[in-house]
Amino acid sequence: MSGHSTYVPKSAIGRWFESRLPIMGLIHSSFVVFPNPRNLNYYWTFGGILAFMLVSQILTGVVLAMHYVANVDLAFNSVEHIMRDVNYGWMLRYLHANGASMFFVAVYVHIARGLYYGSYKEPREVLWILGVIIFLLMMATAFMGYVLPWGQMSFWGATVITNLFSALPVVGETIVTYLWGGFSVGNPTLNRFFSLHYLLPFMIAGVVVLHVWALHVPGSNNPAGIDKKTDKDTLPFHPYFTVKDAFAVVCFLIFFCWFAFYIPNYLGHADNYIEANAAVTPAHIVPEWYFLPFYAILRAVPDKLLGVLAMFGSIAILVFLPWLDSSKVRSGSYRPAFQVFFWVFVANAIVLGWLGGKPPEGLYVHASRLCTLYYFAYFIVVLPLLGKFERTRPLPASIAEAVLGTSGSASAMAGSVAASPNTKG
Amino acid sequence: MTDVATTATEHTRRDFLFIATGAAGAVAAASAIWPFVSQMAPDADTIAAGAPVDFDLTPVAEGQIVKLFWRGKLIFVRHRTKTEIKSAVETDVASLRDPEPDSVRVKAGKAQWLIVYGNCTHLGCVPLGNDGAFNGWLCPCHGSIFDTSGRIRQGPAPTNLPVPPYEFVSDQKIRIG
Repeated sequence: MSGHSTYVPKSAIGRWFESRLPIMGLIHSSFVVFPNPRNLNYYWTFGGILAFMLVSQILTGVVLAMHYVANVDLAFNSVEHIMRDVNYGWMLRYLHANGASMFFVAVYVHIARGLYYGSYKEPREVLWILGVIIFLLMMATAFMGYVLPWGQMSFWGATVITNLFSALPVVGETIVTYLWGGFSVGNPTLNRFFSLHYLLPFMIAGVVVLHVWALHVPGSNNPAGIDKKTDKDTLPFHPYFTVKDAFAVVCFLIFFCWFAFYIPNYLGHADNYIEANAAVTPAHIVPEWYFLPFYAILRAVPDKLLGVLAMFGSIAILVFLPWLDSSKVRSGSYRPAFQVFFWVFVANAIVLGWLGGKPPEGLYVHASRLCTLYYFAYFIVVLPLLGKFERTRPLPASIAEAVLGTSGSASAMAGSVAASPNTKG
Repeated sequence: MTDVATTATEHTRRDFLFIATGAAGAVAAASAIWPFVSQMAPDADTIAAGAPVDFDLTPVAEGQIVKLFWRGKLIFVRHRTKTEIKSAVETDVASLRDPEPDSVRVKAGKAQWLIVYGNCTHLGCVPLGNDGAFNGWLCPCHGSIFDTSGRIRQGPAPTNLPVPPYEFVSDQKIRIG
């Protein structure tokens, strides 16, 4: 990630190794001396929290896979076996199941932070798109993981989601049959979902490496949304941000453990403790909470194909966001009109989530349509036009000035621009 | 190395070898992908399980809906009442989203027996019988409503519940498949 590191190992063995594989230098320049904007707030700790959650999910998942059986006749009972017989199996499973929810809590905060502070804007477009790819992989992983316990919600969730592809003209039915490996969701489906559920987290880890790489080219965006110019604007990653991230992870762990240990089934569905039955659909079938806004968009459209396209489109549109937002000002802190639309967007997304959990009838459907309209209008109408009309607040001259006021800026200006850290490339 | 003055327009044996090798490599890579795609399809075992099944209609009482499986897919066998047949027959076909008269959805002279796939044509949930505005089926997932002929009347489902291939082997026995 770094071209030339100034890192020199202290020990002779370290120098011998470094001259053959300069990995310690890479870590040193990326996570020790890396200059981060000094004004980062706690919303910037969610990247670290997400990295922690990915590791946590892989660890608990690998262990659970040692006790789970991917077969329609055995899967449901093997999960109960984990819960009752395996030492600490209950804990590992609850950590993994709630961990998925926590992963999405963190990723939604992380995405919202990017939306508010304009982190998707030039020069971070590729970084943002890699993030959208990670988000898609996360959704696929979470969906397939939810199928594995082979309860009623698992089975019918799998049926509904795979049937989304049947909306495609001509090839839809064939694609669905190939996804199932049969004529309905069955044993071949469960087997391949298990295989992919194990694979995808490692693909996520791979894209995360690219995401961090792309991040370290321009460095982090910051609440002021302006570029770092001098040393005065930055602080080294270690200890300032390692400690701040670690503190945030600990706070997040308290929240996580509260769910995992005190209300482990609060985010789940009781129906999933009934074994899958292909002859009966649960009366009220809903996906996990983190899919509900997209589910509401799917149901808001009365046409099957258009509904599916709207749902996928609601995520795909994020890819184009860097070119839809016309404002040259990155941070929402200096865009008063934008703030109004942004917070309405957040509230709108939460309401969509609530609507996604309601039965698809009457007023709920009409409300879903209004919210879906705003969701898309935010990207297609508001952001392209707002940048042309709104009056933004004056930007601070530097990050240092944003933190310390003009006195800090004056001394910052005294420092030479040539001294700006150029460790990345 | 004096013979490097090859102009861009000149085609050499090396160009030919380059393109031929590239083409052969592309074909080989494409062929290698096929087994990885094909293994996704229903396997021989799954297809073999699709042999026709016989079903005796005698115990199905009038007004009753029975569920059975063929090829892992759910099938409804509905013994329709006179009123249900009447409402299905008298529906204005032109007004339907997926226009089909009731007569093509049942066997001639066997209008009391409606045999349809039991998964909603929207996203595959199992609709609840004797429910919805037309007393046919109501899908609990996304609110699709089917009439007593299994035809889509309201909601997001695009088509009628399909009729599986079946025939009457005797007066009270059908063979599905």
